[in-house]
Amino acid sequence: MVENTKFKASYNYAFIDESTKKEVRRKILKAVCIPGYQVPYSSPEMPISRGWGTGGLHLTLSLIGQGDVLKVIDQGSDASVNACSLREFVRKMTGCQVTFDTAAATLLQTRHRVPEEILTTKQILVLQVPQPEVLRGVERYEARTRQMHAEADYAKIWVSLYEAYVRYGTMMRGSGYPIRVNGRYIATPSPIPRWDVPNLSMAHCLYLFGAGREKRIHCIPPYTRVEPLAFEDVHFKVEEFEQIRCAASGEDRAFMDEIYDAEGVRKFVVNDSNFLDKLKAGSRPPQRLFMNPE
Amino acid sequence: MGYVAVKGGQDAISNAAELVEYYRWRERPQPVDVAQFRPQFRLGIDKVMGEGSLYAPEHAALALQQVEGDVFEAAFILRAYRATLQRRYYSDTINTREMFVQRRISSAFREIPGGQILGPTRDYTQRLLNPSLVQPGLGSIESFLGGFKGRLNPDKLQGVTTFGKVIDLLMAEGIMRRDMYPNEDRRVVDVTREAIKFPVPRSARLQMLARAETGGLMCLGYSSMRGYGDKHGTVGELRVGDVPVRLVDPRGRRRYLGKIKVTETEMIGRVPVKKRGAVPFLSVGYGLCFGQNETKGICMGMLDSALRIPNNQNPANNQEFVLYHTECVEAYGFTNHLKLPHYVTFQAALQNLRDVAHRAETTSPGQPAELAAAAVTLKSRS
Repeated sequence: MVENTKFKASYNYAFIDESTKKEVRRKILKAVCIPGYQVPYSSPEMPISRGWGTGGLHLTLSLIGQGDVLKVIDQGSDASVNACSLREFVRKMTGCQVTFDTAAATLLQTRHRVPEEILTTKQILVLQVPQPEVLRGVERYEARTRQMHAEADYAKIWVSLYEAYVRYGTMMRGSGYPIRVNGRYIATPSPIPRWDVPNLSMAHCLYLFGAGREKRIHCIPPYTRVEPLAFEDVHFKVEEFEQIRCAASGEDRAFMDEIYDAEGVRKFVVNDSNFLDKLKAGSRPPQRLFMNPE
Repeated sequence: MGYVAVKGGQDAISNAAELVEYYRWRERPQPVDVAQFRPQFRLGIDKVMGEGSLYAPEHAALALQQVEGDVFEAAFILRAYRATLQRRYYSDTINTREMFVQRRISSAFREIPGGQILGPTRDYTQRLLNPSLVQPGLGSIESFLGGFKGRLNPDKLQGVTTFGKVIDLLMAEGIMRRDMYPNEDRRVVDVTREAIKFPVPRSARLQMLARAETGGLMCLGYSSMRGYGDKHGTVGELRVGDVPVRLVDPRGRRRYLGKIKVTETEMIGRVPVKKRGAVPFLSVGYGLCFGQNETKGICMGMLDSALRIPNNQNPANNQEFVLYHTECVEAYGFTNHLKLPHYVTFQAALQNLRDVAHRAETTSPGQPAELAAAAVTLKSRS
């Protein structure tokens, strides 16, 4: 008799089947070769909702191996529910080691933050990307934005920055500030705050960007020049937290969360949870800080 | 780590999952068996298979039960499960002319060769709430089945197998042509294996539509009929039934795998001709989906026609609009991602806004509110 194995099969190592993982790795290599270019890929469905980090998961799951140590960050925090859910999923599917310690991780998946602590040549930072197409705000159609990238026709985005500047006196790009990678493609750094953008340039680590819903991968290889878009006389600026100190550690010079206590009093706390833990323990990890031009 | 409300971490997740189970079982209801559920929630399960992009009635039933009947969630679970399965084969193209027809109607002709077969449908019933279902007795099911079978004529059962198609008549007459769009991209791609690129070959469009959310397709199909498009197709033929699936194994032998139930729709429309004096002819908009889901079949047929005539004035004629936004797992996931914390991105936007308001206050007092309000519309997305 033929045995009924319908509900008996267990999951493959790292969930995704091997041939799809191979495909994703090949697309990653292509993205590394063409920094800032969005490579389309199969983007299989994950048991995590689209828009909750599936693109990041595809990259993480196709790269992870037995020796990897994983850290997952959501808006700077390891303890955020979605970070917990993703970390637990990868751990369950691979049995890999997980950590909160930025320095101890080999593979880091993050949503909307780059860690404050400098990453090394041994580390890969996977960024989750909701909208990989930096030109989508100025051009609705995918077919046209692909052509614009191919022809390096970036007039529309420059005009949009200029218009925002003349209207408001600033570029009005909160997070996800547009960048030019390696002097060619304009890309999105994912919705990281401007505070993190300078850290993408000439970094030691590999930055991979996965947009699951939109089925695109792009990449910033180590030691690649990344320039935030700016004009000769109007410069890129990061968020300023002047005269603000962290309520938990007393430190400054980090991206801060604005929080309100029960009485409605505003306080600031260092956003990067592992960085904060290390500050509280009394050792400030190495950081690259960007000074706004006067 | 108690300084931000949303940071609950692992405990919160497991507590929340437990609470779901508690609310489900706290009144100690009789658990429903998959075997009970599957025949009784057939249409819901069909929808889950279609949108879940996997023909697996038992798995779909299990998924639907697991999530307390949410079709989006169930389809999502099925898609995720499907992603873990390696694609080993591509089946032969199914031939719906081989279909064992359960239902087959045409609104284009009063009588069609083989006859109109109403089959299992609620179309012509009154939608009245049926209180007798509150206390179904097994006895009444038995007596219903006995009575139903008693009225069947076994001699006539053999005849009902398959039929030619209504469009064959129009093809034979020459008023409908096979090469309606001779320049169309007819490459066969697999949307589960690669990201679509625009303009999309027809094979990818049909695959995307077959996996799309029924409600989304209905919305766009309806809009196209109601004035945001020029399509009010006629149902040339709608058939529901079982078709055999075969594939060629690595040794080159053709293997029979089994049967799947599908809904097939052929919507008849008219091809606009540009040249003066050219004779207009009829076209087919094609719909095919798993199980019995006639709304989807019809809307898919309408949209297939509409997408062959790009016109960005109408949502239904716009490939990117239709295909991206009816993709249920993506739309469902992304709309729900708004529940995730956004404090970093919000902080970054807030800083911009405060800067503008501050600058306005110092330069022209009295206007900061308007300026800040206008700036909100420019707040970056995340």
